[in-house]
Amino acid sequence: MNYSNLLKISMNAILRNKFRAFLTMLGIIIGVASVIAMLAIGQGSKQCIQDEMSEMGTNMIFIMPGDDRPGGVRMSSSELQSMKLTDVEAIKSECSAVSSVSPVVNSNGQAVFGNKNWPSNIYGVNNQYLEIRKYQLASGRNFTEREIKTYAKVCVIGRTIVENLFSEIENPVGQTIRFGSIPFKVIGVLTEKGENSMGQDQDDLILAPFTTIQKRILSITYIQSIFASAASEELNTLAIDQITETLRQTHKIKSTSEDDFNVRSQSEMVQTFTAISDIMTALLGAIAGISLLVGGIGIMNIMYVSVTERTREIGLRLAIGGRESDIMTQFLVESFLLSVVGGIIGILLGLVSSQAIASILSWPVVVTPASIIFAFLVCSVIGIFFGWYPARKAAGLNPIDALRYE
Amino acid sequence: MSQPVISIKGIKKDFKVGEITVHALRGIDLEVEEGEFIAIMGASGSGKSTMLNVLGCLDQPTSGSYWLDGVDIGSLSKNELAGLRNQKLGFVFQSYNLLPRTTALENVELPLYYNNKITSKDRREKAIEALHAVGLADRMHHMPNQMSGGQQQRVAIARALVNDPRVILADEATGNLDTRTSYEIMALLQYLNEKGKTIIFVTHEHEIARFMNRSVQFKDGLVARKDKFEKRSLAAELLAMMPSNQNLI
Repeated sequence: MNYSNLLKISMNAILRNKFRAFLTMLGIIIGVASVIAMLAIGQGSKQCIQDEMSEMGTNMIFIMPGDDRPGGVRMSSSELQSMKLTDVEAIKSECSAVSSVSPVVNSNGQAVFGNKNWPSNIYGVNNQYLEIRKYQLASGRNFTEREIKTYAKVCVIGRTIVENLFSEIENPVGQTIRFGSIPFKVIGVLTEKGENSMGQDQDDLILAPFTTIQKRILSITYIQSIFASAASEELNTLAIDQITETLRQTHKIKSTSEDDFNVRSQSEMVQTFTAISDIMTALLGAIAGISLLVGGIGIMNIMYVSVTERTREIGLRLAIGGRESDIMTQFLVESFLLSVVGGIIGILLGLVSSQAIASILSWPVVVTPASIIFAFLVCSVIGIFFGWYPARKAAGLNPIDALRYE
Repeated sequence: MSQPVISIKGIKKDFKVGEITVHALRGIDLEVEEGEFIAIMGASGSGKSTMLNVLGCLDQPTSGSYWLDGVDIGSLSKNELAGLRNQKLGFVFQSYNLLPRTTALENVELPLYYNNKITSKDRREKAIEALHAVGLADRMHHMPNQMSGGQQQRVAIARALVNDPRVILADEATGNLDTRTSYEIMALLQYLNEKGKTIIFVTHEHEIARFMNRSVQFKDGLVARKDKFEKRSLAAELLAMMPSNQNLI
């Protein structure tokens, strides 16, 4: 029997029961749409993390005081004060794989300019910090070694601060803002970076010499953390090892004791986040996959009922010259069509709902062609797989019994 | 006369029901010439339905030979039998067996879908022709549920005609119809027979059998009696005598 005839027979059979066909397809439609949407969400968050990685560079390393204890164990405050400027100096001189290093102290408070104020964070850093964090200056300049040494009250501000404090002034460079009770002269403005993958505004910050923050705001001599960057991505691991070794020496830690600090690299973090988002994608995909499977079983169920209901039709087709293989193929094509048409509608619905998620929830969403092809193939396989048993049943009917079936 | 369309010799058909073997057909000889209109009669259990299944190539006999239009059925595979049913036989059933929610025209086209040699244009033309032949040209696009029983059966006859078969097999084709409509169907079959169609009609009603050339009576799996009717009743004449708006018995 030729295929265009077969296709026509199968299509006529489906069209004879439009509403049922639609309901049958609905399972597949929802299954495919959710697979597409879930994979898009998973891919989106992964893409977002990867974008950030390339933006920040993977060679950033940060060092925090306190050891890597399991959650729930509180650290004593003395432990959090274990890092000193000498550690930064030691890393600078000892670690060949580290290109830049900056101490970090921070304080939160209210930034004030004129009659406007804005709650923000002030970070005390040195002049290598911009390079480490890949910040760019939009205007003005970075602070100098001399300003660091002299506890100068100067600052570099992010875009969010500019927008909230300087809405009426074109160029904030040269103006003086107040942070707490301390006035800071704005010497530079950073270019916009936007939100990071955790949704934090990376432009809501004020940078000042760390000495100024230590002495004038926090009144401390220790530093809260250290940011460094490896000379290149390949040197990441070496840099971490060198830093660990250097800090164990400066902190005089016995070889049997645990570190009292914690070295992490950006690439490690990225790997962790990527792994998490991969797991999330797999989980979402699996849940969506289950609904696709249920859709497939729905097709099988309907095809099975349909074979019983159409026993007389099958008997007639056999009597007027249909071969067993013709009947088998007809029912297979029917379930294949239901599944594939449902799949195509599902893919479209998935694309639409992905866009809806992106625009309503503003989640990052990426629909990859691979997920579309995957969904389409799965549908075809489902159609044939779940259509097989009902089709066999139909083809195996005895025409004599089938013709007289009531 | 030329070679018979159907030639059956010593056909036996056994069924195994559990331990017991039922001999449904116990040695049937039958020849049907081209252009005959023959009734196969008998009470239920007499073997007439089994005979029809064998004649219709839906069932293979246990032993004996069956030649249909010069082809030995016993030597054919399942698929070849399907091909034979498609090309040489037309079926009419008691309960019409039309596809629901499918127009008369599409129902009639159905057998031609299983014939590769026929294009979709031919298919449509032949189906229209067959519907004209049964007088349903104006009902082509009606669904079965929009037609009376008699009209549905005429669609079924058109479907049996559409592949221009050597033999039409009718199984109690008037069983679900009232007397008047039965006569209408018989008149149509007689008309087709006069135009040269060979028709085998299974029925248990003697009323109906008198419209045919001859009848074969089955009893306990054997041919009990063969009658030839020199002068068959004409259904069209009987219809003309009937009061038009009233059904008899």
